[in-house]
Amino acid sequence: MSVLSFRDVSVRYGSHTVLKGVSLDVAEGQTVGLVGESGSGKSTMARAAVGLAPVTSGQILLNGHPVPGRGRERPVQMVFQDPYSSLDPRMTVGESIAEAMRDRLGKKARQAEIARLLALVHLDASRAGDLPSRLSGGQRQRVALARALAARPEVILADEITSALDVSVQGAVLNLVRDMRRDLGLSMLFISHNLAVVRYVADHVAVLYAGEIVEYGPTAQVLGAPRHEYTRTLIDAIPGPGRSAHTMTLKEQT
Amino acid sequence: MRASRVLLRPVGFAGFGLLAVVLFVAVFGPVLWGDRAAVVETGNLLDGPSAEHWIGTDNLGRDLFSRVLVAARLSIVLALAATAISMVLGIVLGAAPMLVGRRLGRLITAGVNVLVAFPGVLLVLFFAVIFGVGARGAALAVGLAGAPAFARLCHTLVAAVSERDYIAAARIAGVSKIRVLVRHVLPNIAEPLIVNATMAAGGVLLTFAGLSFLGLGVQAPDYDWGKLMQDGLNGIYVHPLAALGPGIAVVLAGLAFNLTGEAFAAAFGIGETSGRVRREAPATADREHAVAAPEPGAVLSVGDLRVTIPGAQNPIRAVRGVTFAVRDGEAVGVVGESGSGKSLTALAVARLIEQPIRVEADHLVFAGEDLMAGGDPESLRKRLGTSLAVVFQDPMTSFNPAHRVGPQLAEVSRFHQGLSRRAAFARAVDRLRAVKIREPERRARQYPFEFSGGMRQRAMIGMGLMGTPRLIIADEPTTALDVTVQRQVLELLAEVRRDTGAALLLISHDVSVVTDVCDRVLVMYAGRIVEELPAADLRTLARHPYTRALVAAVPDMETDLTRPLAVIPGLPVDPAHIPDGCAFAARCPLADDRCRAVEPPLLSSPAGDRVACHKAGQPLPADTVEVTA
Repeated sequence: MSVLSFRDVSVRYGSHTVLKGVSLDVAEGQTVGLVGESGSGKSTMARAAVGLAPVTSGQILLNGHPVPGRGRERPVQMVFQDPYSSLDPRMTVGESIAEAMRDRLGKKARQAEIARLLALVHLDASRAGDLPSRLSGGQRQRVALARALAARPEVILADEITSALDVSVQGAVLNLVRDMRRDLGLSMLFISHNLAVVRYVADHVAVLYAGEIVEYGPTAQVLGAPRHEYTRTLIDAIPGPGRSAHTMTLKEQT
Repeated sequence: MRASRVLLRPVGFAGFGLLAVVLFVAVFGPVLWGDRAAVVETGNLLDGPSAEHWIGTDNLGRDLFSRVLVAARLSIVLALAATAISMVLGIVLGAAPMLVGRRLGRLITAGVNVLVAFPGVLLVLFFAVIFGVGARGAALAVGLAGAPAFARLCHTLVAAVSERDYIAAARIAGVSKIRVLVRHVLPNIAEPLIVNATMAAGGVLLTFAGLSFLGLGVQAPDYDWGKLMQDGLNGIYVHPLAALGPGIAVVLAGLAFNLTGEAFAAAFGIGETSGRVRREAPATADREHAVAAPEPGAVLSVGDLRVTIPGAQNPIRAVRGVTFAVRDGEAVGVVGESGSGKSLTALAVARLIEQPIRVEADHLVFAGEDLMAGGDPESLRKRLGTSLAVVFQDPMTSFNPAHRVGPQLAEVSRFHQGLSRRAAFARAVDRLRAVKIREPERRARQYPFEFSGGMRQRAMIGMGLMGTPRLIIADEPTTALDVTVQRQVLELLAEVRRDTGAALLLISHDVSVVTDVCDRVLVMYAGRIVEELPAADLRTLARHPYTRALVAAVPDMETDLTRPLAVIPGLPVDPAHIPDGCAFAARCPLADDRCRAVEPPLLSSPAGDRVACHKAGQPLPADTVEVTA
């Protein structure tokens, strides 16, 4: 059964159409990767699901009902790209996390919950008193994830959460994303322009091109045997090993 | 720490000192001098300055100096009250668009914009007439008149903070708009608001003096500085000090507020990098290494390059002795994480680093000429301008947004090759065609913002091709681009190199890109080269633990999906605090006491590869997964 489903969703700003009738399902316990170039509408999809972008037509449903946009109950949470903008520089890690909690807890219970959430993202509980300026980019992204988990979400939308991180740190965050899915059974929409990263974390992939989903399917199938022309272009463009035919065009042929 | 930074500047010291005096007088003035100021001496009406009455007496024979001191309280209180009114109203009006609906918000913003356009004095007089004469009316008038400016400032600040992701995150978490405003927005705009309020208080003080001077402000028997000035004006030719005394008080108090605000602004604002920079003598004397000779036959040969950024406490040694060469037509990649010094190395080679950052090298030979040797900077620039091409990461900022693309390219040929305007433009169009920009004639007449990111990078490469480059330095040229566009740009670079035989120095954090494009790779960590090897060997034959970890940490299209990604524990080294010994030791699974104590030298192997590691090539422990990034 699908937890989050986009039904024929369009988003238009003035005369500019960003999403053109997009339909996509994120099933329970599944990580769906969303790939595409900048301007294809990847982020807009996520932002529309949490009410940050206006849906012009269509519906975004959570378990068959519209995603709640009012009140403390917020089962869809989002984690953003820029680790330097996603935490309030004046609030401690603990305060940021506590803010997203659904229930008002006593001081003791709150501390315990913060410690539990920090442990989930492999951070020490003593970090709760730190300001974001004392954390590295990778640590900030973990706190942002912990904040999203604090709301006890059913779905997490991860918008390019590793693309601003150094490569040595990116791996740890990707491992965490996989652990979270395995241990917590979270559903996730994982947005990235990096196909190798999506291949590593997602079971299904949707390819977005100019506001439309042009291909969708199990990750191995879409990346292994792409059917749409654009998906092929995208895969051909990836640098790295195993693509020696292309590498030859980049190196001087001597 | 901030407080001390504010106080340690001359401006801050003077401002705070003055402010302390002014506030002291305002608080204790009426207590200390109140009686004296009220003593009527009928024998000394309208006296000039004397030993007893420093700036004379008024028409009832009261001591004017005491009255100036006593008037400080009312003047300051009124100024602060009016500033507070402006600020509160301004914050309410400025923050309202965020809270109310979009349409109403737009209406409020438009209203504020109209009000800002009115001259301030006009508004003050308008309100003063409405609220009637007297201290309260004047405070309201000045307060209201100042509100639009605050509202506009506040609105801009709120809008900037509202863009931040943490605001969006709070909204998504179901935090109410009011709470978002109070908890997230206001604390983050408080600093500039306070700075502005402090400065505004100085101006308000002056406005008040003006109102009272015009008779619209404080009325007898109360008196503020403006009222005292008005009283003294009658005798200005006889006893000028009677009017100038309160005037000087206004100036001093105004200065106190303004200087304090100025000091705050400097401490909070962009002036962060300044502060006292300790200059140090170039530390070349203690270097004992043999000076390496420039490599013959290389288009670029760099010997012991050091880049030092002066800091408030310690100079940051961002590049710590880098030696390498790029042979003719060769593509050399430099990989490393942020803070490894790779970009500064590239900029230093292109001679694009300016004071106060210091660049030193034993030699920096480009095309047979030592760039460190000095000589005529003009001719040097000319030669570099035509034989060295540079492509930067951000295609948005590498062009001047106010000029059309074609003329910007043409500029290169006009200044460096002395072509006429027409010939240079023709060449620019030709070069845009060479980098595969369609309709180059039309595109040359467009502005940079009309180009897509990929097209701007091509145009940038085209600019490098205006001359005949022997070396192209590309600093993360595709990081800001989509994969498909990255592919096109990399192919273009390869093609340009085939056609011109230019060498390439490619800086990138992306191991895959570098292995695809380059012949040889330099791996940098904490300002040093830790390994140099052929690009083809990077994934399989790397010997430095850092290189091996770096390669393993990045997922590619063949990564084993059943295992967690390899992770480098710990954090990259802070360039301001580089430890003794090997900089990577703290994160290295092989490190022992020797690694932590003795920095390993960069040693060459017979094949020409280089590695700086005491444990080079030793097998890594099987499972060192640790997650503390």
